[in-house]
Amino acid sequence: MSEEFLKNRDFVVPGDEILKSMDYLPGRNTYREGESIHAKKLGLTSVSGRVVSVIPLNSVYIPKAGDMVVARVIDIQSNGWVLYVSPICNAFLSLSGVRQYIDTNRMSLASVYSINNLLYTNISAVNQLDSVYVTMQDPKARKLDDGRLININPAKIPRIIGKEGSMITMIKNKSGCRICIGQNGIVWIQGREAEAVIEILRLIESQPYAEGLTDKVAKMLDNMKAEEIKDDYGDES
Amino acid sequence: MTMATRVDGRKADEIRKLHIEAGVLPNATGSALVSLGETIALAAVYGPRMLHPKHLQASDKAVLSTVYSMVPFGTTERNRPGPSRRSIEIGKVTRQALEPAVFLAEFPKTTIDVFINILQADAGTRTAGINAASVALADAGIPMRDLVVAIAAGKIEGEYAIDLNGKEEELTDCDMPIAYMPKDNRITLLQMDGDMPLDDVRKVLDLSMKSCMQLYEAQKLALRNRWIKAAQQQEARTEG
Repeated sequence: MSEEFLKNRDFVVPGDEILKSMDYLPGRNTYREGESIHAKKLGLTSVSGRVVSVIPLNSVYIPKAGDMVVARVIDIQSNGWVLYVSPICNAFLSLSGVRQYIDTNRMSLASVYSINNLLYTNISAVNQLDSVYVTMQDPKARKLDDGRLININPAKIPRIIGKEGSMITMIKNKSGCRICIGQNGIVWIQGREAEAVIEILRLIESQPYAEGLTDKVAKMLDNMKAEEIKDDYGDES
Repeated sequence: MTMATRVDGRKADEIRKLHIEAGVLPNATGSALVSLGETIALAAVYGPRMLHPKHLQASDKAVLSTVYSMVPFGTTERNRPGPSRRSIEIGKVTRQALEPAVFLAEFPKTTIDVFINILQADAGTRTAGINAASVALADAGIPMRDLVVAIAAGKIEGEYAIDLNGKEEELTDCDMPIAYMPKDNRITLLQMDGDMPLDDVRKVLDLSMKSCMQLYEAQKLALRNRWIKAAQQQEARTEG
């Protein structure tokens, strides 16, 4: 593919040559071979400045420091909790990562977070894939109770969040649900409209690159509201 | 090479009817179904995921584990389930055929599990399995250098022919499966039952590689259909 034909959002599979030029740099999910840049993963090409990368269409979550994730307690040790974050690795929440002071002589760790508790937590450090640390010392971090959980393809999470959170803020405001989006693909939803929100999230997951998706979702949410009002009216009459 | 007609009316350099579908198993990270004539292979990829017990881990790269198996009803006579000498060997050569294509160093201490099941066997099962595994790996979003394509060629009564079916394989003097990475022009699997002169090996290799390009395009198309066409159809449904 020559330079003038290079455009955003071309579908590529592993091995495809994206372009042949030393003027560009290989970014995420690409590799250089000789003068050309090839795709490493199945996805859509993306060019920003002189960096060529591939936005993956499917992926397993790889922990990154600073990410917010929805994690489940799977084990309690003497100095902290082991959490499930991704099939690739577990994460560790140490005592220093918790907001309150815990005297391990006087209380058990299970009284703070017990097995199977869900936490919305921040990844504080990733040393290697097998040593990932999380912390609850984050304004957004909290324990999650009584909600619905769904798994979303982690590659589609950025689309669900939208540019600077535009998409998810709109869904939250219009549906009145409380939603915690984990970068690891686990999403927690609480509220009366949880079912409808799940439907919308699935829609975004299935067509992430569609044009005008935000408007479409806004319309769906408004329709949902209108139908609900009609239903309520019907019940009363 | 003459163009004698074969049992099923194909030309010497014509592969069987090919169908590839990606993303057939929702529970797997990636999956693919490949049918070449009467041979049907299903591949599922899980991972990268944690590998236990710990002594199996490689500290600098992911471990690619491939399991090849055949369902009991996949052959004309019942096939005893469970690993056999043959299936262990094919699992191993499949792994070796795929390993050069995968960037394993990106996921140290993990495993990428590839399960290949032959749902129906009519010769060329290892090559169908490798094709299915290649599409399934790409579908799973595993970083790869290239897709891997595989095909077998053989010699029947002195004539060379590509992609033998079961009936032809019974008559064959020689059978040579290859796996091939088209971008790098690199052969990752080369096996041979029987014998043929060295010059003919070259000829048959050329023949196989040409058919491989056909499979390469089919693999790409299957992946595009899975991710682009499916999304477009969904979009059309919501519009309408």
